[in-house]
Amino acid sequence: MLLLYTQGLCPCGIARMNYQLNFADLLNYQDVLLSGLWMTIKLTIVSTIGGVLLGIAGAASRRHRNGFLRRAAACYVELIRNTPFIVQLFFIFFGLPAIGIKMSEIEAGVLAMVINLGAYLTEIIRAGIDATPKGQIEAARTLGLSSRQIFFRIVLPPAFARVYSSVVSQCIIVMLGSAVVSQISVPELTYAANFIQSRNFLSFESYLVAAGFYLVLAFVMRLGLNALGSRAFSREEKPA
Amino acid sequence: MSLVSIHEVHKYYGDLHVLKGINLNIEAGEVVSIIGRSGSGKSTLLRCMNGLEKYDDGTIILDGKEVSTDEFQIRRLSESVGMVFQNFNLFPHLTVGQNIMLAPTLIRGMSKPAAKELALDMLGKVGLADKFGQYPEKLSGGQQQRVAIARSLAMQPKVLLCDEITSALDPELVGEVLKVLEQLASEGMTLILVTHEMNFARDVGDRVVFMHQGKVWETGPAKDVFAAPQTAELQQFIGAVL
Ligand SMILES: Nc1ncnc2c1ncn2[C@@H]1O[C@H](COP(=O)(O)OP(=O)(O)O)[C@@H](O)[C@H]1O
Ligand SMILES: [Mg+2]
Repeated sequence: MLLLYTQGLCPCGIARMNYQLNFADLLNYQDVLLSGLWMTIKLTIVSTIGGVLLGIAGAASRRHRNGFLRRAAACYVELIRNTPFIVQLFFIFFGLPAIGIKMSEIEAGVLAMVINLGAYLTEIIRAGIDATPKGQIEAARTLGLSSRQIFFRIVLPPAFARVYSSVVSQCIIVMLGSAVVSQISVPELTYAANFIQSRNFLSFESYLVAAGFYLVLAFVMRLGLNALGSRAFSREEKPA
Repeated sequence: MSLVSIHEVHKYYGDLHVLKGINLNIEAGEVVSIIGRSGSGKSTLLRCMNGLEKYDDGTIILDGKEVSTDEFQIRRLSESVGMVFQNFNLFPHLTVGQNIMLAPTLIRGMSKPAAKELALDMLGKVGLADKFGQYPEKLSGGQQQRVAIARSLAMQPKVLLCDEITSALDPELVGEVLKVLEQLASEGMTLILVTHEMNFARDVGDRVVFMHQGKVWETGPAKDVFAAPQTAELQQFIGAVL
């Protein structure tokens, strides 16, 4: 290995190994970076909530009595799962205005994230729903619950608990995917890193710091959501 | 009029003719045991009685209401008929108390405190008042089945359908569930049980219905049926299970 380097055969070139890290110059752009981080957090919160709701609605539709609703939900899922996120985003932001639907960068970004997350969560939650023992639904019917009550009170809560870790992972994937909305100039974390490195040419440091933030965000998000889940789905005895 | 009137009921699963003209009347307060070989249509008959399964011909009238699988009908029926299943079917994400309170609050519009009182009352009946805040998975099979009975009773049904409710239990847990049924019978509850517990059918039941090949093959007072079965099929069945 060492020999390769000294002979100059390594494509990355040995000269770069002497690169002087310069984080100090990033501090001038602290505000840009932090407001980008904050924007990413806001995008994530809104799209996670919206995506989970859409995923529940999608899963309910996939298993609805109404055949039209079932097919519509299936089409939605296939459409989103088989196209790139960036194309979905561009379509919403650049494409829709052609038919008179205009929105701001942030609105378009959030909408694209919600629609994207909703499609994946539809499939994840549907799998949880399908694992419901048939007897529980029959017991609920026998007790007189309506289809709607059965779905929301009997089927959905354990189904959601069953697939919760997959739901969390998908939400994190979409949080990381939010980097793509920098492409329509939403001033989030990646946009901030792009902006900073275009000013001071410290690409290495800018993206390294951005990556660090994403890493921490992902970590905190998983920890937080898991804690929320184990609270919500706890089966510890409750006081009467 | 009988509490349950079943008249010429036929049921098909595709080409399979499962119920072949069932006629049966059950009076309020009766304890009826349905016995017969596996596949003879016992569960299907029970499930037709509360609208879980659609029947293709004939009529079933329960507490003056014609049984159908229409959602609204089932909802109305739930006030007349309860059902307990082989696999308990408690809702795992709800505590014992919540399992019992769910239908009274949602369907009967009972207030939370009233439903709670009712739930504790019903739990007391099955000897599990101390399990109110516990989750089903922490209970033994026998306890879970007693909670399922309490859950059904909380809707104050006129008749309770039980489909082999001790068959999934370890032998040592069967007794506690049968004791609850015996107590219900003594209080005048109308019970229709599909069961393999022949001793229970003979000693606690008023009447036995022997089903064979989708028909009510023989029926009569419990004591007589076991002491002097009339048909060769019932003789053979009793010989095999006793
Ligand atoms: N959902 C179903 N689809 C098709 N066949 C069924 C279904 N349920 C029951 N059967 C058939 O109907 C017959 C009667 O079943 P069942 O009522 O469960 O009998 P039992 O409870 O007396 O054992 C059996 O032959 C069984 O295989
Ligand atoms: Mg059966």
